[in-house]
Amino acid sequence: MTISLLLLLIFILAAAAYVIGRARALSLARQNSDRRALHSLPRYYGYMTAIWTTVPALALLALWSIFESGILTSLVTKQLPEEIRLLPANQLALVVNDIKNLAVGNISTSASDPVRITAADNYNTLVAKAHWARAILSIAAAIAGLFFGLRSITLHKRARVFVERSIMVFLIACSCIAILTTVGIVFSVLFESLRFFGKVPFTEFVFGLHWSPQTAIRADQVGSSGSFGAIPIFAGTLLISAIAMLVAVPFGLMSAIYLAEYASPRVRAWVKPLLEILAGIPTVVYGFFAALTMAPWIRNIGESIGLTVASESALAAGLVMGIMIIPFVSSLSDDVISAVPQAMRDGSLGLGATKSETIKKVVIPAALPGIVGGILLAVSRAIGETMIVVMAAGLAANLTINPLEAVTTVTVQIVTLLTGDQAFDSAKTLAAFALGLMLFVTTLILNIIALRTVRKYREQYE
Amino acid sequence: MSTEERTITQVVEASIKRRYAREKRFRLYGLIAILASLSFLAMLITTITYRGLPAFTQTFIKLDVTLDQQTLGVNDQPDIAELRKANYSGTIKNSLLTLFPDVKKRNDKKALYKLVSKGGQYELQRLVIEDPELVGDTISVWLPVGDDVNSYLKGSIDASLPEKKRRFKDNQIEWLKTLESNDQIAQRFNKTFFERGDSREPEMAGIKGALFGSVLTLMVTLILSFPIAVAAAVYLEEFAPKNRWTDLIEVNINNLAAVPSIVFGLLGLAVFINFFHLPRSAPVVGGLVLSLMTLPTIIISSRAALKSVPPSIRDAALGLGASRLQVVFHHVLPLAMPGILTGTIIGMAQALGETAPLLMIGMVAFIVDVPTAVTDPATVLPVQIFQWADLPEKGFVEKTSAAIMVLLGFLVMMNALAVYLRKKFERKW
Repeated sequence: MTISLLLLLIFILAAAAYVIGRARALSLARQNSDRRALHSLPRYYGYMTAIWTTVPALALLALWSIFESGILTSLVTKQLPEEIRLLPANQLALVVNDIKNLAVGNISTSASDPVRITAADNYNTLVAKAHWARAILSIAAAIAGLFFGLRSITLHKRARVFVERSIMVFLIACSCIAILTTVGIVFSVLFESLRFFGKVPFTEFVFGLHWSPQTAIRADQVGSSGSFGAIPIFAGTLLISAIAMLVAVPFGLMSAIYLAEYASPRVRAWVKPLLEILAGIPTVVYGFFAALTMAPWIRNIGESIGLTVASESALAAGLVMGIMIIPFVSSLSDDVISAVPQAMRDGSLGLGATKSETIKKVVIPAALPGIVGGILLAVSRAIGETMIVVMAAGLAANLTINPLEAVTTVTVQIVTLLTGDQAFDSAKTLAAFALGLMLFVTTLILNIIALRTVRKYREQYE
Repeated sequence: MSTEERTITQVVEASIKRRYAREKRFRLYGLIAILASLSFLAMLITTITYRGLPAFTQTFIKLDVTLDQQTLGVNDQPDIAELRKANYSGTIKNSLLTLFPDVKKRNDKKALYKLVSKGGQYELQRLVIEDPELVGDTISVWLPVGDDVNSYLKGSIDASLPEKKRRFKDNQIEWLKTLESNDQIAQRFNKTFFERGDSREPEMAGIKGALFGSVLTLMVTLILSFPIAVAAAVYLEEFAPKNRWTDLIEVNINNLAAVPSIVFGLLGLAVFINFFHLPRSAPVVGGLVLSLMTLPTIIISSRAALKSVPPSIRDAALGLGASRLQVVFHHVLPLAMPGILTGTIIGMAQALGETAPLLMIGMVAFIVDVPTAVTDPATVLPVQIFQWADLPEKGFVEKTSAAIMVLLGFLVMMNALAVYLRKKFERKW
């Protein structure tokens, strides 16, 4: 029985439980000839029965699904002949993988040896049995829960309190998912990174000047599949982000100043949403534009004035990324500039300063912490931006500050290292997680500083 | 004194011009910044539209194809399996040769066959399988032309170049002219683009697979993230006590909203695929990753919506004896729902355009079949754009731009819906 059918059955049972529970509560009340004798409204008794029907059954189903594949694998392994069972762990894993592939029919049976074919048949029967057991057990749990819920219905049962407490538990659990996600991110990148640093020393990764994950450079190389000095990647990331910020900060800030201080409400009402469209365009579109329009354009201009420009120059990717970030900078700065109290402007204007003098000498200094916070958020955005650089920046890790050459970034490397067909525990794929860890830590620090400055600034004027 | 006074006045008067000029310049910089950003937006949209529009039409060629048993290589009463394998390209070649009987040389024949797309045989196959009676008849069908013909007709192959330098040869141009004068060439709306999955032939490639993948992925995202986000927002806004744990949750949510999306991809790869062994390339995993990513967005906007419901509503309900949960679920939540839905739609639009995390979980494979279930291997629209953008054929550039137009169209619709909801249900208390 498939899992979706099973879920459907459980929900049908829950609906039935609601109807039966409610009816039972009503009949109890009728025996007392007064509906008010019930502690809660009748529907809460229905909800309570439904909760008893679904929650234990779903919990059982979840546990079963988590442990099923592990237990089945060990059962299949136990029945393999001695010489296969005693293989080293990674080879055994390969055999088991073969068997599973055979079982679902991904490999043609003719190409395989009889031991594996019998094991695969064995696995298939086990899976079939396990699925039946799963179905029967969870339905049984649902029905048992239903009866338990029904039995607990009495006149004085505090059904509403029970239901509300259950909902509260659900609400709290949902709000904890944010923490779980962070923990999940930290653990998933940290564990793989630690495995990577077991193969490549941390110092070599952070201070090494040569990045070439593909080929062995020296024979005595640790991990023997290339060198993992990440400095050129960090430098490339910084270069592209710097170009992006050089575009985004002046344009974003000036647009924000114009919109907040000069523009009439009508202009503002039109221009602000238009600028925000720029932020809503998917990054893959910017990437396509950078690779197909911007990069050739820059190369042609460069060549016409006698410069050699790489076809995947850092400049093209940086420029387009900067344009993408303009609305980000402008809307954050707009918010903080509008939050500066009008009295400060009036004071300056009253002393005879022009509008631009007021903005430069009073408004911007007052709004500076907020603007800096916004810019930091934009930097973190630029560092973590992926699609533009994957499509428009290069793959080769050149250590250069010339924006006309091709450089690579952390995100580009993560994508290229992980989209190939590689064994998951090779140094190459693990390196992607180490880069991911660096990316996560950097952006985390930037975000925390930025969010703190912005929040402090807001409190100052509220 | 009087001389000094004059100098001060003079100084001020002399500087005032400069100051006003500076004022004007400053204002101009602001205007330039805005105009530059907006003109970039205009440029982006026009280039994409200019490149993508041709992809919505396709050129067809009308051929009289004789579906004789001998060429097809089938027997008298062919079954479906046999019809599937039959040699349809042979019948198309025969029909072309009957049109141009004086083509004899091998190379010329090859060039002639290139006029019709390889997709033509699938079209014939579909027709014959639908109606096996056609075997033995001569039918008149419109078949899509090959990629080179398309490029030539759309002007991306320059006919003024010497013949050796271009992919489309003189004799092909001649044949095309003959066909055109016989009314055997026509431009039509490109249905293929919306009815087929990915393909290696640009003229046969479509976005149906990617669209279905996107729909399935977004469905999973919506089902997971909407209830969880609303529940979290309700708890944090209405019930949570002010303590360290709540602070920690809030910091986490704000921070997650700014974590690079590719990091969510790493999480999905490590946890859902390597730890829980969920299938690679499946919309269910994509949906899981995207819902983790959109949760902060929806939670933050839902909280804002809940906050805007005035406390008097809660007080009134509490005063009439409702429990705290009844207050929230019967009164506050329905009033906040338009705001919550607006935030959800914006979050979904963000998820629809997201590419990077999906590359990490393997949704980047070449998948021809249209996915029908959340566990089928699938790709999504932005990833399809990314894949096509990498291909060298001219035909794929216009397909990529057209796919971008479709994607932007969906995003515009979603955002317009959000704006409409906000305008329609916005309430000043």
